[in-house]
Amino acid sequence: MARVKFLCDADRCIECNACVTACKNEHDVPWGINRRRVVTINDGKPGERSVSMACMHCTDAPCAAVCPVSCFYTTADAVVLHSKDLCIGCGYCFYACPFGAPQYPKVGNFGSRGKMDKCTYCAGGPEADLTSAEYVKYGSNRLAEGKLPICAEMCSTKSLLAGDGDIIASIYKERVMKRGYGSGAWGWKTAYKETIAS
Amino acid sequence: MSSPRSLINTIAAALVIAFAWTISPAAAQNNNFNPTAQAVNEDQLLNALKSGDRLSGRVSIPDPKSASLIQPAGQEWRAFHQNKLPLIGGVAILGMLAALVLFYLVRGRIRVDSGMSGVTITRFAGIDRFVHWLTAGCFIILALSGLNVSFGRMVIMPLFGPEAFASLAAYGKLAHNYLAFPFMLGLALMFLIWVKDNIPGKIDLDWIKAGGGLFSKGAHPPAKRFNAGQKVVFWIVIVGGVAMSVSGWFLLFPYLPAAGVSALQFWTTIHAVLAVLFVAAMLAHAYIGSVGMEGAFDAMGSGEVDLNWAKEHHALWVEEEKARGRAPATPPHAMPAE
Repeated sequence: MARVKFLCDADRCIECNACVTACKNEHDVPWGINRRRVVTINDGKPGERSVSMACMHCTDAPCAAVCPVSCFYTTADAVVLHSKDLCIGCGYCFYACPFGAPQYPKVGNFGSRGKMDKCTYCAGGPEADLTSAEYVKYGSNRLAEGKLPICAEMCSTKSLLAGDGDIIASIYKERVMKRGYGSGAWGWKTAYKETIAS
Repeated sequence: MSSPRSLINTIAAALVIAFAWTISPAAAQNNNFNPTAQAVNEDQLLNALKSGDRLSGRVSIPDPKSASLIQPAGQEWRAFHQNKLPLIGGVAILGMLAALVLFYLVRGRIRVDSGMSGVTITRFAGIDRFVHWLTAGCFIILALSGLNVSFGRMVIMPLFGPEAFASLAAYGKLAHNYLAFPFMLGLALMFLIWVKDNIPGKIDLDWIKAGGGLFSKGAHPPAKRFNAGQKVVFWIVIVGGVAMSVSGWFLLFPYLPAAGVSALQFWTTIHAVLAVLFVAAMLAHAYIGSVGMEGAFDAMGSGEVDLNWAKEHHALWVEEEKARGRAPATPPHAMPAE
């Protein structure tokens, strides 16, 4: 099994937000929650870049480390998933996550946190693959259908890459070599404790 | 023949060409500047961050929280929660338990030296006991459910498995959220009814100098309604309770405008550290009010304490009560049948 990752080549991202929209549509993500977002750094200044960010499915994931009820698990593909049946909506994963991935619907006591929701790498959850129970809680399971995450698959400039970490790293490396610059594999150092030499 | 004007024009043109010639290397260099390649670089941006800072930008999603791209402070919070908190909690709570066991083994149960008189005096009226147990009852459930969220995964989850433990933790969280309010009510009432007897005074210094009689048998430094030790407990509860309430308020309402991720990380840290210290302090309070001292529990149990106990521990208070005409009474069932 491959170790899958996300890689956003900020030098290609045109901030079209199609990944954000496609993700919301694919998984019927509840109102107020965005599993993926595009952040523009240095907006309007020289060197402006946009980065599409979601759960990075970290190695040694902080969310899994701090969860009081141990609701996270890592699949054979190294996708970090969680069980909404176990989640108590305490917010600890949100405090620990470097990427702001965990989000909560406002359905808890006094309108506070409900069950956490985050990017599943289009891999569903602990329920049986491709069941309606799985879809209702976690959205569609494209990985089980042999497809990659929808956000990366439909990215018009192929800025957002998903798949085997080694393969997407080599694609990015080749791009950097060819064009002579790169603003870095965003979040890789934080998520995977490694970076792509450019 | 050329006019002076055309001569000037020729010279001017020559100068412009010469000037253009001299600056052309600079122009060529400017063309080497590639705005695309001079992009923001992740490493540079991350290195420029100060502790607690976030890498953020502009988002088109109408949710300001999503503008944060990377927040390295999350890893500091993780390190606190996974390493420092168990250490602080372990030292405070297990250390206090060990100290209490040691104290019990060395000092034993503190007896009423002059023996039980069988005559009682009203120490705490119904309202006092109601407020005490309202606060204490909430505190016990808040403490257990709070400790469960912090340490239950280590201690309890292996016993019951993740499913049963998650249900327990979910009910614990519900209890924690709702009982916060009666706890705060108890705190407020406790402050109102007892603050007048908990103002520190000179007599407290003498009590502390005598070690409160805790470490020497037969020593009973005089005290009014509350001795210095009890006053310390009172102020720990009031100040600690208010700090727990303020920090907890932020955690209870995570969507308040003031509650960004940095603020919530800060308040959880405060809440957790104060909580384990609070629990440790209350363990000592519970010990001396029950197992640790003969006759002490009656004060918060029936509210009627033995007169000899009262004279030994609150001599000045007994005098005050007598002066007020609240005479000790012999309870109807206190005398043995023989």
